[in-house]
Amino acid sequence: MAKGETKLIDEKGNRRDGRKWDQLRPIKLQVGLVKNADGSAYIEWGKNKIMAAVYGPKEVHPKHQVLADRALLRCRYHMAPFSVDERKNPAPSRREIEISKVMREALEPAVVVGDYPRTAIEVWVEVLQSDGGSRVAGITAASLALADAGINMRDLVVGCSCGMINGQVVADLDDTEDKEGDGDMPVAILPNLGLVSLLQVDGVYSREKFQKAFELAIQKGKEVYGMQREALNARFFGGEAKVTQVEEVAE
Amino acid sequence: MSMKNYVVETIRKAQMVQLLAAGKRLDERALDQPRELKVETGVIPKANGSARVTLGNTEVIAGVKVATGIPFPDTPDKGILMVNGEILPMSSPYAEAGPPSPEAIELARVVDRGVRESKMIALEDLSLIPGKTVISVFCDFNVMNVDGNLFDAVSYAVVAALKTAKMKKFKVKDDKVEVTEEVVPVPVKKTPVSVTFARIGERLVVDPSAEEEASMDMRITITTEDGGNVCATQKGEASTITPTQVLEAADIAIRVGKDIRARILEATK
Repeated sequence: MAKGETKLIDEKGNRRDGRKWDQLRPIKLQVGLVKNADGSAYIEWGKNKIMAAVYGPKEVHPKHQVLADRALLRCRYHMAPFSVDERKNPAPSRREIEISKVMREALEPAVVVGDYPRTAIEVWVEVLQSDGGSRVAGITAASLALADAGINMRDLVVGCSCGMINGQVVADLDDTEDKEGDGDMPVAILPNLGLVSLLQVDGVYSREKFQKAFELAIQKGKEVYGMQREALNARFFGGEAKVTQVEEVAE
Repeated sequence: MSMKNYVVETIRKAQMVQLLAAGKRLDERALDQPRELKVETGVIPKANGSARVTLGNTEVIAGVKVATGIPFPDTPDKGILMVNGEILPMSSPYAEAGPPSPEAIELARVVDRGVRESKMIALEDLSLIPGKTVISVFCDFNVMNVDGNLFDAVSYAVVAALKTAKMKKFKVKDDKVEVTEEVVPVPVKKTPVSVTFARIGERLVVDPSAEEEASMDMRITITTEDGGNVCATQKGEASTITPTQVLEAADIAIRVGKDIRARILEATK
């Protein structure tokens, strides 16, 4: 069925998976799973399964890329060939190259790069299974991995994507809602500083709906930030990582 | 292309920041005033549609080529649209030949997003034999000279080239596609217009020049369509923006975009 025509939300305001318009999918975060990495984090967000790992600060190779006054932050967002329905060519696509760039630009404002001159900090984000909103889930995990690596940071970075399905603003689109809906708006924020470090928009939004989706993404991002804190707590102080639950819809 | 070695003298940058605090710019433009825009169409007769756009000293040529192709599996009854391009090595001392840089890829993808998401091209009208053959519209751009704000200059060139593109009519006979001699326009419905801002100090300026881009810490591009709706946005550079400033930029993009749309419509009549 063509974009915009599939019924993604019913008269009662229930989405296909039973969520209300402003509900997130279940999220699970775990910190410190990649043994060799200086820091790592794993996120399950809906059907997304994403591992992020950080190496550094380390020596910069090739040397001509050295920055005299700060660390060079490198970031790669990559999708495994088996992460989607049709096998994805493992070579980096134009989409992945763009996402790697905006992801780096979303994370860098939170990293105190000036504390590590002449070094490289590498962030590797591997999407093992993809289900819509993978860039914001990747950023959420990557900032935890940076914190786990003990890199000095001004804040965590947390992402959430909002958008429109059947002309209605909703939070956290899954794969089908992204493909058959009317638009997607990934947003990443530095929650304590109240700043936005990633904003991309597609789909047609009136000025009102643009603001509604944007503000919803910020609000939902703050919700995910609470889970990020708990995941760090669980890693360092033995607390319990919280998992959000979605209520089942009555048949 | 990386402009990180582009030098703006410290004294000039200080002057720029000082002027901006008073709401003024080095080239005497208002903060929300783009540079002079010139749009010429039909510059490459061999292309199905073409345009040469200058925005200040930034110059871009875009050309459209139409062909038949195989549809994507998830959209078997829709034509194919592709926006792609190159920042030519001749365009700047900082440009290089070779595979496209992440910056060039981002540029092409942001322009593509504006065209695609505004539903400018009626892709549903470009289907010939569903699942087998559809019409592909390729719009390629060449950046000829770089003087800042490639996002908008490329976007205007691509939109003007697509708006003036004509193609030979295809017809389907006995499950075969034939080309007729009849010439028809490429089905265009909308005129998306991007407006790019640079933030220097705390101020947002529209249509940054090269020296303004070299002094900015954040960039945001907001594309609107004819109804004044936002259809694409991209924040760039390793920096942040406040939520208030995003909404402020959206309001300016809607207002300034309206004037630019009138210019493009006039030039592509």
